[in-house]
Amino acid sequence: MYDVGLAHYLLVSTLVFAAGVATMTLKRNAIGVLIGVELVLNAASINFVAFGHYRAGGLDGQIAAVFVIVLAAAEAAVALAIFLNFYALHATVDVDRGDNLKG
Amino acid sequence: MSERIRLALIGLAVLVAVTLMGLAALLSSRPLEAFAFSVFAGALVTSALAIVLTRDIVRSAMWLMGALSSAAGLYFLLGANFLGVVQLIVYAGGILVLIVFGVMLTGRSPFLRFDPRPAETALAALVGVLLFAAFSAVLLGSAWPPLPGAVPVRQAATVREIGRALLTDYLLPFEVVSVLLLAVMIGAAYLARPVRR
Repeated sequence: MYDVGLAHYLLVSTLVFAAGVATMTLKRNAIGVLIGVELVLNAASINFVAFGHYRAGGLDGQIAAVFVIVLAAAEAAVALAIFLNFYALHATVDVDRGDNLKG
Repeated sequence: MSERIRLALIGLAVLVAVTLMGLAALLSSRPLEAFAFSVFAGALVTSALAIVLTRDIVRSAMWLMGALSSAAGLYFLLGANFLGVVQLIVYAGGILVLIVFGVMLTGRSPFLRFDPRPAETALAALVGVLLFAAFSAVLLGSAWPPLPGAVPVRQAATVREIGRALLTDYLLPFEVVSVLLLAVMIGAAYLARPVRR
């Protein structure tokens, strides 16, 4: 009656993307915001792989997703280093406290 | 005792959901694929919503592990075996540990409250629902024709093919990413050094 197709994957990844953006908006903990970013990146790579599998063919989608994973790892490492600095200065990771430019 | 009852209820709900998915999958022409997709997609959606709804940052991190692992399952279903393994190793194994370390290092003082204000909650719900509605309307209304000249390959790519592609067609991005990783390593080590006053 129903077969799994491109639209199913796109719908799932859209929901994950919306959840990620809502997480970024909702959380005041900086690490929560980072978790939201990871959700958004995952939604994007699911789209890449699904389009590659069902429409484009070849390896392009998978390789784009591999690069997304590498960039996510890099982004997480730098973001956590920044959060640790922020915590050393403000003794909290509440993003609302980060409103001054002079350390 | 109430904890036990709650756990039993959760287990019962999961059992019912999986049974319903299995019955629905029997209607498909490829029941195994449909069933696996339902399980992984259901776990992914549940984890993503739980990340938004839970207040505790440690629980968010644990639900993120569920979301990343279910996404790896979807990659396996899409024939991207290498990518699924990379997702499990790098994301669920590496980035998640990094995030949990960040949670532990930034402390959990009882005086720190991260509860969102009602206006922020309303804004987040509005943004999420609007984005989901708009994007689903667009993607369900589109046909997504195949690219001209492209033949979708319905078999899993081997690691050999991916390695060959990375060192031929994608050599420049590959090298750029390796330089970026070096820069990130140095930058993160520099940023996270102990602060001298």
